[in-house]
Amino acid sequence: MTQEQALYKYCLRMGDDALIHAYRLSEWCSNAPILEEDLALTNFALDMIGRAQAILDYAGKIDGKGKTSDDLAYRRKERDFYNHLIMELPNGDFAYTMARILFVSIFEYYFFSELSHSADTTLAAIAAKTVKEVKYHMAHATDWALRLGDGTDESNTRMQQAVDDLWAYTGELFETDDATAVLEDRNIAVDMGMIRAKWKTDVTRILTEAKLKIPADGYNQTGSGNGVHTEYLGHILSEMQYLQRAYPEAIW
Amino acid sequence: MVISGHTKQDIFRMLSVINDPEIPVVTIFEMRMLRDVKITDKGYEVIITPTYSGCPAMGIIEQDIKMTLEAKGVRPVTVKLVYDPAWTTDWMSNTAKAKLKEYGIAPPLHSSCSNEVFTNNIIECPHCHSDDTVLMSRFGATACKALYQCNNCKEPFEYFKCH
Repeated sequence: MTQEQALYKYCLRMGDDALIHAYRLSEWCSNAPILEEDLALTNFALDMIGRAQAILDYAGKIDGKGKTSDDLAYRRKERDFYNHLIMELPNGDFAYTMARILFVSIFEYYFFSELSHSADTTLAAIAAKTVKEVKYHMAHATDWALRLGDGTDESNTRMQQAVDDLWAYTGELFETDDATAVLEDRNIAVDMGMIRAKWKTDVTRILTEAKLKIPADGYNQTGSGNGVHTEYLGHILSEMQYLQRAYPEAIW
Repeated sequence: MVISGHTKQDIFRMLSVINDPEIPVVTIFEMRMLRDVKITDKGYEVIITPTYSGCPAMGIIEQDIKMTLEAKGVRPVTVKLVYDPAWTTDWMSNTAKAKLKEYGIAPPLHSSCSNEVFTNNIIECPHCHSDDTVLMSRFGATACKALYQCNNCKEPFEYFKCH
């Protein structure tokens, strides 16, 4: 695998994560329990769309075939998407959505903090920008985890259920593959082992404070590194890509 | 071919009239989104940086830059978006902060952004200058602002978050 091929895949994985998580958060628009949360979740989605655009545009440049971020978002097949499985799972209830933002934002905080020192200056710049935004996502999700976990019996039960259900999808966030190995040798990719320990420490502290039980580590769901997804991604893409598939080259 | 006639200072002066489309009382220069101008034999390259990754105003700003310069006979113009160094509210001039306040948006509080994101900030009401204000929503109509209400004059207002 050449450095260009590895970097292309690495960018798709990051870009797709932001794009698909943003898609799920956008589904809350007009459906959140209170107006303030409608604003918060769509604001997060907007940050992620911006990040996806920057990273996928860069991926298109590396690929060198003239693809834009729009081409990559709207004209790729499911098997060519590399977002982690956790991003594509349905929103579930509000606790489920918040638990996902909590797990993902803590991961992203450490991941992009490290990536901001990458030898790849484009990725380092995007990462520095992303860290500032992710801090707000993390603070918000942490507060909700505490409020729901340490709230009523009902809110605790739901938050615990969300944490338990999502736990098996968190291990995949730290997976490495041929592409990361090539890039780590060149000081471009992030050392996943190091950030995994930091993630676990933070998550344990927050869940404990929220009176939630830490699930036991066991089997981890995996597959997205090879483009193998849950049944949910295809449904997202069939809606997201509908216009470009029905009316190719449509612009506005 | 070397393009002559317009210096970097000229271009900056022409662009200094362009307002931030989301907050039309401050210019893109005062917000420090306008980073640099490069004049080469291929034309004029204007370098801008977004406040937030998903800032929907960037497309409008790019159009405004091209229209403003082309109306003055400056061409060809390209606009380049850069992310490094990442934009920060620390760059906003005192003039920009004063204009925001005048407009009814409380300017960012801290001179530098640590990990402190929402903790116990006392935000002064831009209308009546009371410190007795309360956070209503951490996120507002644009990604850069939070919503507050003043307990003294009862007016709601926006706060430009530290970034």
